[in-house]
Amino acid sequence: MGLVVGIPRALFYYRYYPIWERFFRELGATVVCSPPTSRAIVDMGARECIAEACIPIKLYHGHVAALLDKVDVLFIPRLVSVRPKAVFCPKFLGLPDMVKNSFKHLPRVIDVRVDLRRGPFELLRVAEAVARCIGAGRSRALYALWSALRTLKSGYPSAQPPAEGDLRVAVVGYPYEVHDPYVNVGTLEKLRSLGVVPVTVEDLSQRTLNSAPNPLRKHLFWTWSEDTVHAAEYFFQTKSVDGVIHVTAFGCGPDAIVNKCLEIESKKTGAVPFMTLMIDEHTGDAGVRTRLEAFVDMIRRQRSVAGCRS
Amino acid sequence: MPKLRQPVGFPYLGTVVPVATELLKVLGNEVVPPTRPTRRTINLGVSSSPEFACFPLKILMGTYLELVQRGAATIVATGGVGPCRAGLYAPLHEKMLRSMGYDVDFLVFEPPRYSYTAFYNTVGQLNACNYSVPRIWQELKYAWKKLLALDEAEKRLHWLRPRELKRGDADRAYHAAFNRITSACKSDLDQAILEARAGLDSVEIDPGRKPLRIGIVGEIYVVLEPASNLGIEKMLGDLGVEVVRSMFITGWTRDNAILDSAGITGGVDVKKAARRYLDQMIGGHGQESVGHAVLAKKHGLDGIVQLAPFTCIPEIVSRSVMTRLSEDLDVPIMTFFIDEQTGEAGVKTRLEAFVDMLSRKKKIGR
Repeated sequence: MGLVVGIPRALFYYRYYPIWERFFRELGATVVCSPPTSRAIVDMGARECIAEACIPIKLYHGHVAALLDKVDVLFIPRLVSVRPKAVFCPKFLGLPDMVKNSFKHLPRVIDVRVDLRRGPFELLRVAEAVARCIGAGRSRALYALWSALRTLKSGYPSAQPPAEGDLRVAVVGYPYEVHDPYVNVGTLEKLRSLGVVPVTVEDLSQRTLNSAPNPLRKHLFWTWSEDTVHAAEYFFQTKSVDGVIHVTAFGCGPDAIVNKCLEIESKKTGAVPFMTLMIDEHTGDAGVRTRLEAFVDMIRRQRSVAGCRS
Repeated sequence: MPKLRQPVGFPYLGTVVPVATELLKVLGNEVVPPTRPTRRTINLGVSSSPEFACFPLKILMGTYLELVQRGAATIVATGGVGPCRAGLYAPLHEKMLRSMGYDVDFLVFEPPRYSYTAFYNTVGQLNACNYSVPRIWQELKYAWKKLLALDEAEKRLHWLRPRELKRGDADRAYHAAFNRITSACKSDLDQAILEARAGLDSVEIDPGRKPLRIGIVGEIYVVLEPASNLGIEKMLGDLGVEVVRSMFITGWTRDNAILDSAGITGGVDVKKAARRYLDQMIGGHGQESVGHAVLAKKHGLDGIVQLAPFTCIPEIVSRSVMTRLSEDLDVPIMTFFIDEQTGEAGVKTRLEAFVDMLSRKKKIGR
């Protein structure tokens, strides 16, 4: 048994966990992931993190707390950029600093900076640096990276079970909000039980996303905000879904801009119903259910009215 | 290139307003100068902005709405390259105003480093009189000199307030100096600066007083614009505290627009100092806030007041490392997250308690 590496089940987990898990396993480490989000984790996060932070960041602190005495090392990379023209949200950029300065006793933290804008071989350098932190050499790092990248083929960890229904509703937003059923109070599951097939950002290819129009004169600065906006724009333009729901966290900085853009764009195109679902630590089951039911009812009703007329 | 539609307006930011108005007029533009944001401005802005946009976006939205209603056809604004949201505010403001039915153009100054031609063209758009490049350079130099003089007067005011013998003398002298400098014409500017200095120096002070020194750090708009921070500097001054502000408009412009275009990183010391707690440029003024707090002892400060708009991303990150920093370095820090709901009495009470705590700490330490 090698070192035990802890990966919090929050934020980038929903995109990169299979890659990281495979990478560390190839290097001979044991990977431990925090348990799915629960009330206890939310409470721990709210206690460790400053009040002004958004719920995803608080949750991240909660998941770190859940791993504290179970691991030798914590993997909290400083994800800066994975695309030429976009960076992650500033809170991601400062995440290792936030965590390190919030907890009194932390295990060792691997906080290697990932900024792929620096050069074509940056990913190799990052892999090497991470491997060095757990005592592995260059050749093993490269092999581990190669096998880790192959997991990309099997898709995202957040792939959804197949669903059947007469409506397709897009649920756009960041992976850590859309795919954490605790924090969004089972939005996707609730939609399925209403006979709706949920479609998420992950169901669109990166090429489709990139081809969607930009709502502002300037590119959005943040990787996942860009994806969210482009996905929504794609749905508005192609009308390939019956409605769009934007899941956003209370106090989310980038979403202040994203949400306003989507609101204006949805009014402009006018053909696809749009709803914003805001989540925070206090979001209740009944509230979300009521809003989703109302939204779906409204779409169905509009359809039947349109059906009668034609 | 299409001709710029007149008249032009621009955001309200403290001492910049009279100088920018004059500069734009000299270049041959018709100007609608912005007025100091009031409750009405804030309410206007809040009602048409996203809920979680930061306070500066809302105040600017209110200011722009007032400008457009007063006839402005073009808004001159600043851009940015992120990752702070402020870099996207100009296009967002434009989109919001247009969706509300206002026909308004935006002329956005992006940092010159990213495209010198774009910057040159932006300046060219405002050059309605078709002046030559040296002439424009002259005008800019003159405006810069005025801004420097205004910043100097304000720094002096911060020093005088806790030391004045008669309450209000320093503020009166500052207003006289402000009016003298802003109304000066080209040939008269040197004389005006001398007179302003003399006026401020003539304020009677108690030389024996050793006031507390509190550093103000945080996001640029809420630090620089008293209308957005309930005049926190004056409140502190009236409590007998010398305010040491981390940033002035001229210093900021020098570091971030001028030196940056020449490939030199400004404010290196501060960023280096921040590295132990926050080792990453996170946009806005997050890293600077941390750096100034680290250097507080070295600069002889007794405490730090951090000002941040509610939901400001960089300042949330810097706030979350401040607790540890404050314990490690024994620097008391108080953070205010400001938005349209912030009340004066609440801020005052917290400030008084902070100042009491600091003066007590100083007494015991001695």
